[in-house]
Amino acid sequence: MTETPLLELRGINKSFGSVQALTDVDFEVGRGEVMALVGDNGAGKSTLVKCVAGTHAPDSGEILFDGAEVHIHTPRDAAQLGIEVVYQDLALCDNLDVVQNMYLGREAHDRFQRLKEPIMEQRTAETMKSLAVTTIKSIRQPVATLSGGQRQSVAVARAVMWNSKLVILDEPTAALGVAQTEQVLALVRRLAEQGLSVVIISHNLHDVFETAHRITVLRLGRNVGVFQRDKTTQQEVVQAITAGVPTKVSGIPATATAPV
Amino acid sequence: MTTADVEIVGQDKGPAPEEEQPAGLFGLLHRAAADIRSGNLGILPIVLALVFIVVFFSFEATNFFTAENFGNIIIQMAGTTMLAYGVVFVLLLGEIDLSISYVAGIGALAVAELQRPGTGHPGLSGLIAMPIAIVICALIGSAQGSIVAKIGVPSFVVTLAGFLIWQGVIVYRLAVPGSIIIQDRWINYTGSYYFSHVAGWLIAALVAGVYAATVLGGVIGKVRAGLPVQDRWAIAVKIAAVALGSFGIVAICNSASVQGTPLGLPLAAVIIVLFLVVLTFLAKRTTFGRHVYAVGGNAEAARRAGINVPRIRVLVFMISSVMAAIGGIILAANVNSVDTNFGGGTLLLDAISAAVIGGTSLFGGRGEVRNAFIGGAVIATVSNGLNTANYNPGTIYIVTGSILLLAVTLDTVARRLQVRSGR
Repeated sequence: MTETPLLELRGINKSFGSVQALTDVDFEVGRGEVMALVGDNGAGKSTLVKCVAGTHAPDSGEILFDGAEVHIHTPRDAAQLGIEVVYQDLALCDNLDVVQNMYLGREAHDRFQRLKEPIMEQRTAETMKSLAVTTIKSIRQPVATLSGGQRQSVAVARAVMWNSKLVILDEPTAALGVAQTEQVLALVRRLAEQGLSVVIISHNLHDVFETAHRITVLRLGRNVGVFQRDKTTQQEVVQAITAGVPTKVSGIPATATAPV
Repeated sequence: MTTADVEIVGQDKGPAPEEEQPAGLFGLLHRAAADIRSGNLGILPIVLALVFIVVFFSFEATNFFTAENFGNIIIQMAGTTMLAYGVVFVLLLGEIDLSISYVAGIGALAVAELQRPGTGHPGLSGLIAMPIAIVICALIGSAQGSIVAKIGVPSFVVTLAGFLIWQGVIVYRLAVPGSIIIQDRWINYTGSYYFSHVAGWLIAALVAGVYAATVLGGVIGKVRAGLPVQDRWAIAVKIAAVALGSFGIVAICNSASVQGTPLGLPLAAVIIVLFLVVLTFLAKRTTFGRHVYAVGGNAEAARRAGINVPRIRVLVFMISSVMAAIGGIILAANVNSVDTNFGGGTLLLDAISAAVIGGTSLFGGRGEVRNAFIGGAVIATVSNGLNTANYNPGTIYIVTGSILLLAVTLDTVARRLQVRSGR
């Protein structure tokens, strides 16, 4: 890749008390690329994402977005850059309906803080349509009444609606059945086709190989390899997840060369 | 933008499913029946309960079902209902505010002190005293809310401490005089002013007109945006019901008289409705209200969505204390004084019961301001009815407690059925 990546992390360190969650991690996502982030439990996937999302501040390291260094302190900072995160537990309010969740924290309002419901309902309907989410009966029904796949669709649609450039999906298919998983994976591919960059965190290598262009493997808080999807095998990736060693040479990001 | 452009496949409010359901009034009943079967009872049971209570006491006491007593009930429910309005917001967050009854006492004590002529200076006018009292209570709410939201002390503990502290302040201040008489007419008006008959009709027309305009305005906005609109029969029924209700209430109040002096619509009724409308607007139509529901539903989701959760919490505790102050002023006006017992008795539990009986969840995220309105009406009616029918005062507590238990049990069972029917 010759052009500058959309998101680039350099030498990120993060510790919680005495636990070193991330050590000197480099990570990048190209434009329109689906980058998978894989690793065993406790490998630091979620922590890394939270550093990008503004939930955690890294102890050291740089974050570059669109080639410029940025400091992301709050989720709002991330949203302003065009970074949206869909968390594993979806972060939807069950008591609110689909439209209300889509606009949570960013409600359309006039200068008296009055909600503009018609605009919100209209744009929600349009977004759902553009993403071909057709299984939801009414966008005015509470999210509590939706199935897992529908809830995931709402969460992804919410992330996409805000002209975002980068969507990070944390275990998007973990709780879904086969058909629903296929729906969500199709949705992920559609996002990339529309020019969005996607980071997909997953335990499920089948899902990863179905959607990702490249795969970054974390192990024990370190980056142990970046693989091209079409030049690697599941076996190779599994080996990196379970026994990979950092290949990083000081100052140079880990590349697609597979560790042996 | 036409409807077809934005319609989602299978959207149930769109024009297509209307063909499957009978249209018109019958269709409305049909859908209501479907709602009830699936456990979505809404406020129906408690409204039916209120009707039953009224019918029951009409047979029990000869002086219950009269125009004069109707006005009495309105005035008696006003104070508690104000507190209950505030409770709804606190419960929406999944928090609790136990301090409201004595914060109401502080509000009442403040106006009483401010209107009292001191040595060498006259008392303040109630029109100045009341806003000052409300601001004092807003600060109390802000302090209690900040301890909950920013330090993280459970609201139960913070407001229980408030309950004791503000009670202490009231008893401490009133230990010597025993009570302060309120002579200011503006303050006393909140409990005893009646509008003239003509003013009453105008108010009824205003309420009905503004409601109709608001509802129709919303419908026009939706049609312009090409969105599905609620069934037009439901809209017509709502507008008609509000018009009938407001004119009916004024008609009853206007027909009342005491010893030849005609009464009219009590100011208390206007205060109750005004706050019902304003607070419902705040809860349902503003970003703040939306954020309150969001925090109550899933605080973590709200935080991740960029909502300033501590700010919402502090503001809600301020609303709670402000409504308590307003309620306290009305309650003091009802008896024209403040004494050491003010804010005691069942005021706190009545206010919380009113919100909960009406259908507000204790666990946050579910409830509406009108729940407190209906709950307040039920509690005031039961208490008034048992008094006029000369029951033992103990009966009031037993009956109110039973209604509370019954209402919440019914709601819980209905909700279970709702889950089972997959809604």
